[in-house]
Amino acid sequence: MVAIQSPVPGTFYTQASPEEPMFKSAGDAVAAGDTIGLVEVMKTFIEVKAEATGTFKGYVAGDGAAVTAGEVLAELED
Amino acid sequence: MPIKRLFIANRGEIAVRIIRAAQAMGIHTIQAHSEADAEMLAVRMADEAVCIGPAQAAQSYLDVVGIVKAAQATNADAVHPGYGFLAENAGFVRALDAVGIIFVGPSADTIDRMGDKVAARQAAEAAGVPVVPGSKGRLETTDDAVIVATEVGYPVMIKAAAGGGGKGIRIAENEDDLRKMAPQAQAEAKASFGDGGLYLERAIQNPRHIEVQILGDGKTAIHCFERECSMQRRRQKVWEEAGAECLDDATRTHLCDTAVSLAMAVNYVGAGTLEYLYDAETKEFYFIEMNTRIQVEHPVTEMITGIDLVQEMIRVAGGERLSHKQEDVKRTGHAIEVRLNAEDPLMQFMPFPGQVSAMTIPSGEGIRFDHFLYEGYQIPPFYDSLLGKLIVHAETRAKAVDLMITALNGLKIYGIKTTIPLHLALANDPTVRSDDFHTQWLEPWLAAGNLKT
Repeated sequence: MVAIQSPVPGTFYTQASPEEPMFKSAGDAVAAGDTIGLVEVMKTFIEVKAEATGTFKGYVAGDGAAVTAGEVLAELED
Repeated sequence: MPIKRLFIANRGEIAVRIIRAAQAMGIHTIQAHSEADAEMLAVRMADEAVCIGPAQAAQSYLDVVGIVKAAQATNADAVHPGYGFLAENAGFVRALDAVGIIFVGPSADTIDRMGDKVAARQAAEAAGVPVVPGSKGRLETTDDAVIVATEVGYPVMIKAAAGGGGKGIRIAENEDDLRKMAPQAQAEAKASFGDGGLYLERAIQNPRHIEVQILGDGKTAIHCFERECSMQRRRQKVWEEAGAECLDDATRTHLCDTAVSLAMAVNYVGAGTLEYLYDAETKEFYFIEMNTRIQVEHPVTEMITGIDLVQEMIRVAGGERLSHKQEDVKRTGHAIEVRLNAEDPLMQFMPFPGQVSAMTIPSGEGIRFDHFLYEGYQIPPFYDSLLGKLIVHAETRAKAVDLMITALNGLKIYGIKTTIPLHLALANDPTVRSDDFHTQWLEPWLAAGNLKT
């Protein structure tokens, strides 16, 4: 299992905007470099990217959650 | 009626600045804060503090109803809005007016008028202030935009009539560009501001950004000379100076006099700034917009004139006349301000908040640091990245740049990333030192790799 961590503290989003679908759902194939979420920090949106290939297990942090740097946002299964 | 209880509806360094100004006048200060800002410096300094909602600005610092209620509940007789948030929100001013609380700034009608680019431009033209050749009024269709562009000449800049802060600005080099961009700009303006009105003007190539500080008390207005703010990244100012060395005396006098004419024409109350584009080749300047608030870079003006702009705003809001006459406003020496942001300039300016583990602040003659930090302070990630402003004042521009290097070398903030390396590189750059830059200079300079570890 691979944990995807937040690179910065901020507010986590699982979708690009309220109208858009979630970046990933459980069971989706994930390639290294895929965007799995956004962290808003100081009015800037940072894309959170998967560093490994795997299958999306699920989000650990919810949409709109306040997160710290290094906090686990989502998990991948090998 | 002089203000006795001042409510500060802002955060960060400007809240600290306002508290210092008000406390020195013997005014009781009430600091508003979000849940995320309970530990900020302004809360610790204020005579009292009140929580106005959750971290998200929309539910705290931008919540008109909540802030008005908090100001009433704390028996405030006036509200200082700082900059950003509700500083130029006419609806907020009207909500305060309705409950008899003074807004430290101009009237709602003045904010409305100056906040609309087309109305502001018309007011400027009427007061004899030169404006960039462009549309006389709002443009509703692409065909109208093409007709105006043919008259003023390409390249042209397309903006939202209701916009601000550089958002939604497009530059069309020719008619084909314009026919593509005008509908996009219109859709974006409608989505962002609820108003699809556009305006269009000739794009001035590589201009300088020069602005004039004005103060008014409703009966008279004065200027406090100009600032040079061309050093910009993504249309955000990075480094600001007072005065603008590139102006000769005749041009400076003309520029400042026209700014006063506009301020007088609208019976301006408070501190305001008229922004201009300046073409150094032709020595022509053009009004672009007026900001009806105190600005981030106000300290450079204070350094060269000795006038406390924030105190003056508070006095005139309380009904007093300006305490300075135009002939008494003198400029001495040269001042430079750099904006310290919690960003990593070596990593595409990625925001980098965190905890300030330790810090050393430079001091000495001509050095000022306006900020909201203390050792152990956890900078929240929810707001903009401005940490503070380092300001220097010296006899000449060259000496001011040297003093900036000394001050930057003496400023240490541990635990977070800051833009100090950017400012040191700029202060050591020959083009900056020879004052030979414009608004389009910094981004190519960064792209060319001039900032290294």
